Amino acid sequence: MARGACMPAARRSGGPEGGGMRRRHLHAEALEAIAGYLFASPVILGLLIWVIAPMIGVVLISLTDWNVLTAPHWVGIRNYVKLFTTDLYFWNTLKVTAYFVVLNVVCTTIYSLVVAMLLNQRIRGRSIYRSIFYMPTIVPVVASSALWLWLFNADFGLFNLLLQGVGLHKSLWISSQTTVVPSIVIMSVWGGAGNTIVIFLAALQGVPRQLLEAVEIDGGNWWHRFRAITLPMISPVTFFNVVTGLIASFTIFTQSYVMTGGGPNNASLFYVLLLYREGFQRNNIGGAAALSWVLIVIVSLLSLLIFRTSRQWVYYEGGNG
Amino acid sequence: MTAGRVTGKALVYLALVVGAAFCFLPVFWLVRSSVMTLGDIFKYPPIVWPARVHWQNFADAMQASPFLLYFRNTMIVVVPNVVGSLLTASMSAYGLSRFRFPLRNFWFALVLGAIILPPAVVLIPQFLLWSNLHLVNTFLPLIVPVWFGGGAFNVFLLRQFFLTIPKDFDDAARMDGASYWRIYWQIMIPFIQPALIAVGLFQFLFAWNDFFSPLIYLSSKETYTLAIGLRFFIGSYATFWNNLMAASLIVIVPPVIVFLIGQRYFVEGVTLTGIKG
Repeated sequence: MARGACMPAARRSGGPEGGGMRRRHLHAEALEAIAGYLFASPVILGLLIWVIAPMIGVVLISLTDWNVLTAPHWVGIRNYVKLFTTDLYFWNTLKVTAYFVVLNVVCTTIYSLVVAMLLNQRIRGRSIYRSIFYMPTIVPVVASSALWLWLFNADFGLFNLLLQGVGLHKSLWISSQTTVVPSIVIMSVWGGAGNTIVIFLAALQGVPRQLLEAVEIDGGNWWHRFRAITLPMISPVTFFNVVTGLIASFTIFTQSYVMTGGGPNNASLFYVLLLYREGFQRNNIGGAAALSWVLIVIVSLLSLLIFRTSRQWVYYEGGNG
Repeated sequence: MTAGRVTGKALVYLALVVGAAFCFLPVFWLVRSSVMTLGDIFKYPPIVWPARVHWQNFADAMQASPFLLYFRNTMIVVVPNVVGSLLTASMSAYGLSRFRFPLRNFWFALVLGAIILPPAVVLIPQFLLWSNLHLVNTFLPLIVPVWFGGGAFNVFLLRQFFLTIPKDFDDAARMDGASYWRIYWQIMIPFIQPALIAVGLFQFLFAWNDFFSPLIYLSSKETYTLAIGLRFFIGSYATFWNNLMAASLIVIVPPVIVFLIGQRYFVEGVTLTGIKG
């Protein structure tokens, strides 16, 4: 943002402005605007064609009973009414998805921060550790779904072998209604924390050493340093990680599609899986469009909520956040 | 070092080792299972590593499913994805960061909004569009959108990078009579090379790993990418864990190699978006 401030200065450096100069100046400005639009045209056209038009389309389609087989009819808000009143899955899906989102964001954030703080210590082999912690993020989700199906296997999976090895009971993992979401969270923390760790680590490296030392001189221990300096200093980054984490978690699809098909008993029927099922397996295009629009509203509200509350817990240097 | 510091250090290493085991054990289990016979896999008590490495699983997996064809299809999607995002994301970011024009901030705000927008939201109308053009079950729906800015996230990342280059460079070049295109191509591109490498890597991984779009758009075996091919392999060979792990490894190895080569740029790219965002 600082760069924007010095732009008028560059504009003023055009020299004394006579009539001809001004015309040439205007000409240069128009030329710059045209060139700017031309360069930015791919993303501008992309936004219009692939984002804005489809978003309007979703609204219109959601007001019809389109099912591919017959011509669509205008049904007003019936799809929405159905969703909120008689739909068999909608409320359950919202509940299940919210459960996953909260658990996943909390676990991923805490895990990433702890790992980043460990990597921020003076340790030997830091880059090797960093690669190991990042590696799972590289694994394609379909492949990790195959792998974790195997790890969660009730009889010969690694986890139950380990549990048995230390004398504990086997778990049903993704085959039980009560443990399916926590199991997918474990998998998601494993596969989804890489970027969050890297971002936290960079933020931690930016915490001024003299501030930490000042706490130490005052007799504070590591917890005081963490609480009084580190946590506030990295709060903008925590904020960024939480927002991106929330949205990514809300659109989880592949894991449940491949591993559980939404089961057992719809306990992992996440939002996008329901949307996919309505739109592409039941050909209920109108209903799926209504689900899409509700998803936009939910994600926007969530983002807004976090932005609103961020002033209370996010510390910006310079104090004008 | 005091005794307290020594225990502190030991605790740090202990926690690191536990965490690393959590990350590494699943991968080890994958490799281990991919080189075992079914007999070895179902032995109890379990064996950590087979007495004889059973490479046959890879041949069996390749025989059961046309992974070479899937690989070819994946590359047909991935290469234009990377080229398209590098070219159009850098052009767009250049336009949005170094020119003054009406509504510029409005368009940039939309770019930020598009980053947050879940792709599933616009799926239905996009699918209907491709379906009306009779281009479903071709690779075009997976390629063409990337040539429109290469993803909002990439535009954002490159714009952040462009903002760090002093405006004097452009002004000096303009004085010398260089066209905007020449400034972009000969001055800016070399400058933003590290960020471009990061964008290329991100897009490679994204296209390679993408499951949702190919699932929607590709409907016959001839067009499947590796991700979709593996999903159907899971469906039919779920009890042949050794073959399934071998097939998974085939899908995992290329991106891991790319990651190991470009690791430094990954970290820089991720950091840039997080810190300046």
